[in-house]
Amino acid sequence: MASIKVHLEKCTGCTLCVKACAFGAIHMADRKAVIDMAKCTLCGACVAACKFSAIEIEKAGGPKKDLAAYKDVWVFCEQKKGVIQSISFELLGEGRKLADKLGVKLCAVLLGHGLEDAAHSLGARGADKVYLVDHPALKAYQDDPYTAVLVALVEEFKPEVLLCGATTIGRSLISRVAIKTNAGLTADCTGLDVDIKERLLLQTRPAFGGNIMATIIAPNHRPQMATVRHKVMQEAPVQPGRLAEIVSKVYPEATYASRTKLLDTVEELSATVNISEADIIVAGGRGMGSKENFALLEELAKVLGGAVGASRSAVDADWIGYSHQVGQTGKTVVPKLYIACGISGQIQHLIGMQSSRTIVAINKDPDAPIFKVATYGIVGDVNEIVPAMIKEFKRALNK
Amino acid sequence: MNIIVCIKQVPDTTDVRIDPVTNTLIREGVKSVINPFDAYAIEEAVRLKERCGGKVTALTMGPPQAEAALKEAIGLGCDEGVLVSDRKFAGSDTWATSYTLACAIEKLEGYDVILCGKQASDGDTAQVGPGISTHLDIPQVTYVKRIAEITDKLAKVERMTEEGYDVVEIPLPCLFTVVKEINTPRMPSLKGMMRAKSAKIARWTAEDLDADPAALGLDGSPTRVVKIFTPEARKGGEMISGSCDEVAKELAELLKGEVV
Repeated sequence: MASIKVHLEKCTGCTLCVKACAFGAIHMADRKAVIDMAKCTLCGACVAACKFSAIEIEKAGGPKKDLAAYKDVWVFCEQKKGVIQSISFELLGEGRKLADKLGVKLCAVLLGHGLEDAAHSLGARGADKVYLVDHPALKAYQDDPYTAVLVALVEEFKPEVLLCGATTIGRSLISRVAIKTNAGLTADCTGLDVDIKERLLLQTRPAFGGNIMATIIAPNHRPQMATVRHKVMQEAPVQPGRLAEIVSKVYPEATYASRTKLLDTVEELSATVNISEADIIVAGGRGMGSKENFALLEELAKVLGGAVGASRSAVDADWIGYSHQVGQTGKTVVPKLYIACGISGQIQHLIGMQSSRTIVAINKDPDAPIFKVATYGIVGDVNEIVPAMIKEFKRALNK
Repeated sequence: MNIIVCIKQVPDTTDVRIDPVTNTLIREGVKSVINPFDAYAIEEAVRLKERCGGKVTALTMGPPQAEAALKEAIGLGCDEGVLVSDRKFAGSDTWATSYTLACAIEKLEGYDVILCGKQASDGDTAQVGPGISTHLDIPQVTYVKRIAEITDKLAKVERMTEEGYDVVEIPLPCLFTVVKEINTPRMPSLKGMMRAKSAKIARWTAEDLDADPAALGLDGSPTRVVKIFTPEARKGGEMISGSCDEVAKELAELLKGEVV
């Protein structure tokens, strides 16, 4: 069983570990750190914080995989109705950097039906190799066949890194693959890098609602798997004429078996602009005052070519559907521009949007917490300012 | 119908504050609550019981104080609570957590439907639900927004996607992770609260589970935290004032780069 101990001779009583512990498990006694085992979760934050190597976590060494047999960086490329989703290009952009640092190939994995042309197009997005599995059962995503095929590919070709979008499909699929292949998986990474010497993927992600950042590794397991949200990484540029080697794999029919059956796929009109993918979001909160006023935001979003987002209170008031909700119980978004109209900025909302590149906040309360994260703040009545903005942006954009 | 709902006790996010001087988390007085997404799983479990009959067991892995979350779940209509708690589980990542919960579920007397919230508000991974179904080798549907039809053999559910929803048919036993849209959780009833008060929560340790000790806790976790740091706090920026038209003009100028 794993254990944690303080090397008293090394501990200087500096209290860095006390501050690093998110569980209140460390206190000082006689200027030495003491760990309360009832509270400690062995998360490792104190080990990372200690500048004197005074805290050590001992972990039983299980049988190690032959790590050297694993190479190449893989990107699972998500497709819907045969169209490769933009998140895949973002992952290829990031994957290219990682593969170059590690001195290995960047490989795309594409599952679907009738995707020959789509597979070839991935070369132009930086893939050196494309693993293509083409079968009618893979046309639309289903957990069982997708998991079985991806596990088979991983076991045969042994990638050292596997990246996947933190999408509905990606999160469901990769969680299953990580369990089956006994791999480490880190969700929603906002930063990826490699330790070239140890060939480790350094996966940085927000924790506790973005209040702290944690860097996570999987030292003894391969592949090292990570998911990344939309808009966090930059899309790979198109390099016309660049070709990838296509490796087509066929599996026994049993591999494609599915216990679930997809009966129908419904696209909802109100959700046609997916807020997780939008570059510009115009969002409204309780301060909009009414459903009619809220409709103003749709007009502004239309002028700017963006999507409409909402705080929880606006959704609860039935001014707009849940698929537009930004925040803890809604979606996390990272657009280039986020315009918050009549949103006070409760922590649950901020969690979902504070990583946006530029934030504009309009609120009548000068003390609203939203102004603490806003790039540009305006104190005033949204229902007067938004129409002025619509007029002004129409003019500026010649619409 | 045997229904299991997996829940997690998490720090109340509204209470998470940063000390402006030391830039670290302020922990004093932070309340623990049921993960907000799990509230929908609990409600759906209770509704399934009302619809099909049967029993709802709430299950959690955590420190001894997580018992409070199970009692709350009983107050909301669950019949029984099981707390899986042992120092040996410390340091579990999502791999080891889902393994431990799967072992606990196998110890329960049969199951037809397992419900989980789509993710926990502290870790935000959405990995444990699919992890449990994989360890148990049962089918799953994630992000369920409606259980349209259900018998003891088969269910038809709607799974939320980025564009709308999928309609999926799935045989039982199976696992669902649910989203907020699925229901509006009820308030605890007086009767429920009385029951919760006197309810006895089963407490299982590692020894009670038929589990491989090497796959538990930190030892069974492929991932490890190597560094924790505070992100640079976003600073409030420029305030723009003037008449509506002036403000709009200035914004259009400032946002030129963003809205081309």
